[in-house]
Amino acid sequence: MPALRIEKLRKSYGALPVLKGIDLSVENGDVVAIIGRSGSGKSTMLRCINGLEPFQEGSIEVAGHRVEGSSSRLRELRKEVGMVFQGYNLFPHLNVADNITLAPRVVKGVPRAECDALVQQVLSRVGLEEKAGAYPDELSGGQQQRVAIARSLAMKPKVMLFDEVTSALDPELTGEVLKTIAELAEAGMTMVLVTHEMSFARRVATRTVFMHEGRVWEEGLSETFFSSPQTPELQSFIAPNLN
Amino acid sequence: MAYQMNFTPVLARAPELVEGTINTVFLSAQSIAIGVTIGLAIALIRVDGPKWAAAAGATYVEAFRNTPLLVQLFLIFFGLPYMGVRLSANTAAILAISLNLGAYSTEIFRAGLLAIPRTQIEAGLALGLSRLQVMRYVIIVPALRIIYPALTGQLTLTLLGSSMASAISATELTLAAAKIESQTFRSLETFLIAAAIYIALTFVFRAIYWLIGLWLFRRKAPPAPVLVPLLERQPEARI
Repeated sequence: MPALRIEKLRKSYGALPVLKGIDLSVENGDVVAIIGRSGSGKSTMLRCINGLEPFQEGSIEVAGHRVEGSSSRLRELRKEVGMVFQGYNLFPHLNVADNITLAPRVVKGVPRAECDALVQQVLSRVGLEEKAGAYPDELSGGQQQRVAIARSLAMKPKVMLFDEVTSALDPELTGEVLKTIAELAEAGMTMVLVTHEMSFARRVATRTVFMHEGRVWEEGLSETFFSSPQTPELQSFIAPNLN
Repeated sequence: MAYQMNFTPVLARAPELVEGTINTVFLSAQSIAIGVTIGLAIALIRVDGPKWAAAAGATYVEAFRNTPLLVQLFLIFFGLPYMGVRLSANTAAILAISLNLGAYSTEIFRAGLLAIPRTQIEAGLALGLSRLQVMRYVIIVPALRIIYPALTGQLTLTLLGSSMASAISATELTLAAAKIESQTFRSLETFLIAAAIYIALTFVFRAIYWLIGLWLFRRKAPPAPVLVPLLERQPEARI
């Protein structure tokens, strides 16, 4: 069973169609990069996967859960599907350790006694062991994003979704976040990343998907995808990045 | 000829003033506790509740923000008995002032809740929290922090506005002062003292709000490095 299967997904905002029939399948351990122009529907599709965005037609199955029905069913799904956002979205009134342990404690009932070890474990994966006591406003953007990744990891997700997680960062800080994600990929985490980082997609993603006008326009193994794009739309989209 | 101030006859009634002050403190504290609870609850309903409940909340807020507190006091104390609800003056005062503050603080809380970016709510939901848990653990404290000065300002108005309860003869400071004035005819002295007591009360209440704010918005101190045993330090600390 694939980690994620999207079939005939359609969504519109009022009369405006955004997703016009998406089919996509992601195997366990796959790292899939979603690229495409602004407005092509890639973030919307990602947000449908964990039910943050409702959709009208089609079906999504992720980590063994169908995306549908009551909010309590969605919560079961979200326990196993992590999401990292463009704007980090750390909770400003909680320090790093409390940001990380809030959901495990409240949602999963992890006892406080186990929290310190959990914090250290996930912070070490993003290289920020010494920041457990810091508050979000005391961290750089790159550090905040790495904490956000650690916060997601603390729920021990089966699948992780990344929504343009480096778009708000300058190139230097982008590097440290991408390095963290690459390490997760190496560790075998199943991931779907919406990204503008072409070279990163090419290097780290097993497969890359090009979305255009609300459809999966072209997809393939990252090695061949970038070297021999088939459609003129993809060719013109990645051309500026190849120079 | 200049007026000769004489506080002696007023000060002779000090026990009544003290009693009035204590009553004002209890009247205000109870009204504030109830009013703030109402305000927070209705604000949550208006922001995140079902449509019919939000509409009911909006109606309540408009009704109480667009009528004078004095009329509300009269309606509850003199009006409700005609519907079979007979309240003592003090209970009627607490009810009216609580409902009045509830309406005003609803709008203050609502402003705070709406000021929190949607992305914070989404981050909480994406972690598997329920909407209620998101409100409780993610939204409330940052929202309170934004509106805290406005809220405590409103609470000060409530403390001072409790003097209006004297109009339905609820026992409180202004009523006590009015009684002393009517018997000593020392109007200036009596109400100067009452005013001074209100100023003192305001300062005390504001000091309490300040302390509550310190506690609500406290930050955990970072662990002191000297307290961490050498062996537990980061690897790079050992050479």
